[in-house]
Amino acid sequence: MSIVSSVAPRSGRTTELILLLGAVGIVGLAYVNLGLATTGSIPPGFAALGLGYLGVALAFHVVLRWKARYADPLLLPIVTLLNGLGLVMIHRIDIARGRDITDGVALRQLMWSALAVAIATAVLFVVRDHRILRRYTWIAGAAGFVLLLLPLMPVIGNSEFGSRIWIRLGPLSFQPGEVAKLLLAVFFAGYLVQTRDALSVAGRKILGLTLPRARDLGPILIAWLASLGVLVFERDLGSSLLFFGLFVAMLYVATERVSWIAIGLTLFVAGAYLAYLMFGHVQTRVLLWLHTFSPDALETSDQLAKGLMGMAAGGMVGTGLGRGRPDLTYLAESDFIIPSFGEELGMIGLFAILVLYVLLVERGLRTSLGTRDGFGKLLAAGLSFSLALQCFVVVGGVTRVIPLTGLTAPFLSSGGSSLLANWTLVAILLRISDHARRPLPDERQQAAVGEAATQVVKVR
Amino acid sequence: MLSELTLTVLRLGLLVLLWMFVFAVVGVLRGDLYGTRVDRRGSSHTPARGNPQIPPPAEGRRARPPKPPRGARKGPTRLVVTAGPLSGTTLPLRAAGTLVGRSPECALVLDDDYASGRHARIYQTDDGTWMLEDLRSTNGTYLGSTRITEPREVAAGSVLRIGQTMLELQR
Repeated sequence: MSIVSSVAPRSGRTTELILLLGAVGIVGLAYVNLGLATTGSIPPGFAALGLGYLGVALAFHVVLRWKARYADPLLLPIVTLLNGLGLVMIHRIDIARGRDITDGVALRQLMWSALAVAIATAVLFVVRDHRILRRYTWIAGAAGFVLLLLPLMPVIGNSEFGSRIWIRLGPLSFQPGEVAKLLLAVFFAGYLVQTRDALSVAGRKILGLTLPRARDLGPILIAWLASLGVLVFERDLGSSLLFFGLFVAMLYVATERVSWIAIGLTLFVAGAYLAYLMFGHVQTRVLLWLHTFSPDALETSDQLAKGLMGMAAGGMVGTGLGRGRPDLTYLAESDFIIPSFGEELGMIGLFAILVLYVLLVERGLRTSLGTRDGFGKLLAAGLSFSLALQCFVVVGGVTRVIPLTGLTAPFLSSGGSSLLANWTLVAILLRISDHARRPLPDERQQAAVGEAATQVVKVR
Repeated sequence: MLSELTLTVLRLGLLVLLWMFVFAVVGVLRGDLYGTRVDRRGSSHTPARGNPQIPPPAEGRRARPPKPPRGARKGPTRLVVTAGPLSGTTLPLRAAGTLVGRSPECALVLDDDYASGRHARIYQTDDGTWMLEDLRSTNGTYLGSTRITEPREVAAGSVLRIGQTMLELQR
């Protein structure tokens, strides 16, 4: 018993500015805390670094005011806070490993952040309307699959830590899978918006599930084979799960049919089980997952066990920044940055970070609900779901919910390609949300135009 | 020399600030229902909802105010569904005519098995009076408790019944 009427939407840019200042302030406080805890004094470059970070964030804010006035006001502050916390933690690992700020990973990460923000603003400039991305559906699909397969190429492909997911060009190494995630989301959205009627309506019903026709099954089978190929040849379980999960989720969003999820899960479980039977490295991962503290597993890798011990040492409120030993864990600044936070900020701090991720994903899904075109809906839902799935794979991996796989925690982990891809992802979400929240043109004006008689044909 | 106390305050303060940020974001989310505003209607408009299936016949007569002198009061401006599947829906009346029924072409599309495709029409005549016309519906259109057979004059406060849906004209 209520009346729903529309009110003029607010842009929320001022809210964004206030939250942004808060986010930069928290990052600054964390940096000061770290300096005081490790050296007993405020770090020398504090003012320059803090102002630099504030400048980068404010520059993005100004671009939003200018180019996307109605974009979601919460995305940028959340992402700024996450990225800043990641920088502080990477710097903290640098200190523990005895690296100075000039030759540490943190400075490189800061430069990558600035570059990522620059590229994200460029995306906001170039992509004035997300619907133009739909024109590049098939190009994006082809480019995405090529990028996925690029690490398998003989010269540039590079195998590190048992996974062949890097390409190396001279001194630069890059993880193309992160960018492929974006391109494939564009491709899936464009493809599904065309074919969703065929996928959702046709088919016969068996045991309460409406099964699709065999010819409509083609794309999902191709996506399944591609993701299995990534799993087998690049030895990267995380990316494989991410791509296939993204495709199944977008299929479900496009068709509202539970049968796709059932089919997708069945296929993935069957494929993963086959891979487990056939490949040694998958068996090792499962052994590390199920029997982390067994002598066999500790002999292979004690990384997961150390991460768990670190989180246990942190307890509820954590040891405080600079007071724990997260550097004992191998890769503490990238794949294991979540246990590093768990140790030094404790469960309370880690859950704040997880809630920030949840809010980020919620904003993306809200954008998807609010936008009016089918392509934008699918793209926003797919991008935010990929963020959520990536967080699940990373956090689930280090907490022994699923086998550990090498994915980066979005915005936190050290790694340039991950930062670039995720900032671009946020830029696309901002663009779509600008469209979703933009007020409709005045209806009365439109009506007046419609009623006006044309010059040539007199109505009355 | 820095005391442990300062550090403890700093690191706990960091956690508190983190959560304050989270709650600030959630606070903004709360006002997120942008684009729409939901007003609870006063109980004076709400009829007894004991059994919306069979509206008491006396209701219509009681709810109808004394007939206003023609032209002295402004006519009704909106149509409100007070009982039935769509109860709570409001839509503005148009002088050219508001079509009510199950067909998607209608201005008010009823989700009511007892309503016809094009059930009834409410329109304004040239002299400003509002008329209700039954479009040869199967189950009839009731004004108050009487089934109408020809266009009848209606005013603000008139209660109509179409199938299982009760409608009220309001100013």
